[in-house]
Amino acid sequence: MSAASRAPSETDLKTRFTPSLIIGVVIVGFWLLVALFGPALAPHLESDIVTDMSYAPAGEVGLLGSDYLGRDVFSRLLYGARMTMGLALLVTLLSFSLGVILGFIAAISGRWIDGLMSRINDALMAFPSIILALIVMSALGTSLMIMIVTVAIIDSTRVFRLSRALAMDISVMDFVDVARSRGESLWWITVREILPNTLAPLAAEFGIRFTFAILFISALSFLGLGVQPPAADWGVMVKENLQGLLFGSAAALMPAAAVASLTVGVNLIVDWFLRRMGGDVSQELMN
Amino acid sequence: MVRLLIRRILLGIVVTWVVSMMIFAATELLPGDVCHAVLGQGATEKSLESCRERLQLNQPMHTRYLQWLGRLATGELGTSLANDLQISDQIGARAWNTVRLAALTALIAVPLAVLLGLIAAIRADSSVDRGISIGTLCFISVPEFFTGVLLVYILAVQLRWMPAVANYRDLTRGDFLEVIEALALPIATLTFAVLAHMTRMTRTAVLNVMSSPYIEQAVLKGASRTRVIIRHALPNAVAPIVNVIALNLAYLVSGVVVVEAIFRIPGLGTLMVESVIYRDIPTVQAIGMLFCVTYVGFNLIADVMAIIANPRLRHPR
Repeated sequence: MSAASRAPSETDLKTRFTPSLIIGVVIVGFWLLVALFGPALAPHLESDIVTDMSYAPAGEVGLLGSDYLGRDVFSRLLYGARMTMGLALLVTLLSFSLGVILGFIAAISGRWIDGLMSRINDALMAFPSIILALIVMSALGTSLMIMIVTVAIIDSTRVFRLSRALAMDISVMDFVDVARSRGESLWWITVREILPNTLAPLAAEFGIRFTFAILFISALSFLGLGVQPPAADWGVMVKENLQGLLFGSAAALMPAAAVASLTVGVNLIVDWFLRRMGGDVSQELMN
Repeated sequence: MVRLLIRRILLGIVVTWVVSMMIFAATELLPGDVCHAVLGQGATEKSLESCRERLQLNQPMHTRYLQWLGRLATGELGTSLANDLQISDQIGARAWNTVRLAALTALIAVPLAVLLGLIAAIRADSSVDRGISIGTLCFISVPEFFTGVLLVYILAVQLRWMPAVANYRDLTRGDFLEVIEALALPIATLTFAVLAHMTRMTRTAVLNVMSSPYIEQAVLKGASRTRVIIRHALPNAVAPIVNVIALNLAYLVSGVVVVEAIFRIPGLGTLMVESVIYRDIPTVQAIGMLFCVTYVGFNLIADVMAIIANPRLRHPR
């Protein structure tokens, strides 16, 4: 299924800056600022116990109430922004460099190396991502480091597939042939001819992978296998305050809503970007 | 077509075999061995020895792999490392909860998705279509635990329409209404997770067909847009739609793990997560294999359906 093959409808091309794009940029910009400056502005430390009242309602203690240990939900939310987004960015950068480099190598090397790399990739993609992560973590343990590497490698299989396909398409074009007959090196061709022509789809893929990393990491943290308490991470915060729902506390809802708004924001931007290229974000997201 | 089908099914078998080897090999990645990792630093020589004895680590790897495959096939998976219960008994006790959750979700989500996708396609580029498009994009983006927590917060905590916690242990013998009441929120959560993608793909599949010449012909002869879509476009869009449905059923495998954790349903997903935390590797391997076989199976069905439904492959020139 190639997402880029469908022609964009006329309305998509006419609208340059749609309201949904603006909403997406505002949301993502907001969370970026929170991740950068939030911890400095937070009224309390992430592990400070500010009240002896569990699940104090919003307004009574701090801005958003207290969590199951009596910590300030608002402050933890600010710290969590940095933790969750920082981890997701790290994982995305790792998976992206790994996927693009290996994908390009596969595309420009001979049939044997390409075949071998693609088969290994296929094998990894035959697992449901979360199940593969669970299996690896049961064997290697559940430290933060292992989670980061595991998620990055699982994620890179998708980047590998895309960048290999993109590089394959471009490496058979005339201008690459010309470069080859000029006697340019493989490195020069990759960096100067193939890479610039794959930048747009790769940029969209970066957004998709970033969303995927946020969802994956916070899901693992939510299951108790990712970031460990008392560190503030949005997934961890949902997990530890889940019981509070029974007492009518919204402490679990806030971090869940934070994750949701951030991923929706990123996807609104990616969706706009892909529509301009004639694709559909939903196709990419399920992989 | 038959050759294509056979080749696809053989590929499915090969993939399952490779997956089984990788799941088995995961434990061999460890420096030292499983027993060392599970028992930790405080392990005595004696406890290590008995653990190795139990997992038969003294035998070469390929022998153990074959034995493991044999045990998987016969269902005699041995005892768990966390407690001394039989793994197959534990899986048996919890599998029904998972299967029921996934099956009921599929029963609701699939017709709903096709209907919404058709509406979006019939009213393409209208405000209804825009609304469905934005709505589905949002539901694709948000994590399952957000939908789940939000539903509990609104329906159970604020409005008090539903029980926030259900006793899933007694459900196996409960009557149908009781089951529905207890599972309503988990099913709704899982439905939202898979509905959006199926809806969008149904719309895309129908609209793709809409650009073919015979559709133009139908429009020119004066058929209404609804009739053109239902009578002319839909039959030809069945292949991609069925494909997407099967892929989403495969996705349910991942979805149940998180949804079971939100609602604390004692299913295979929660059992697997607990086993990962206790590093009960034999149990993780067994459930992992089960999930992967289901996943590979649905992907296989998706491709087989696509091949069967494609008239060009059915009647090759």
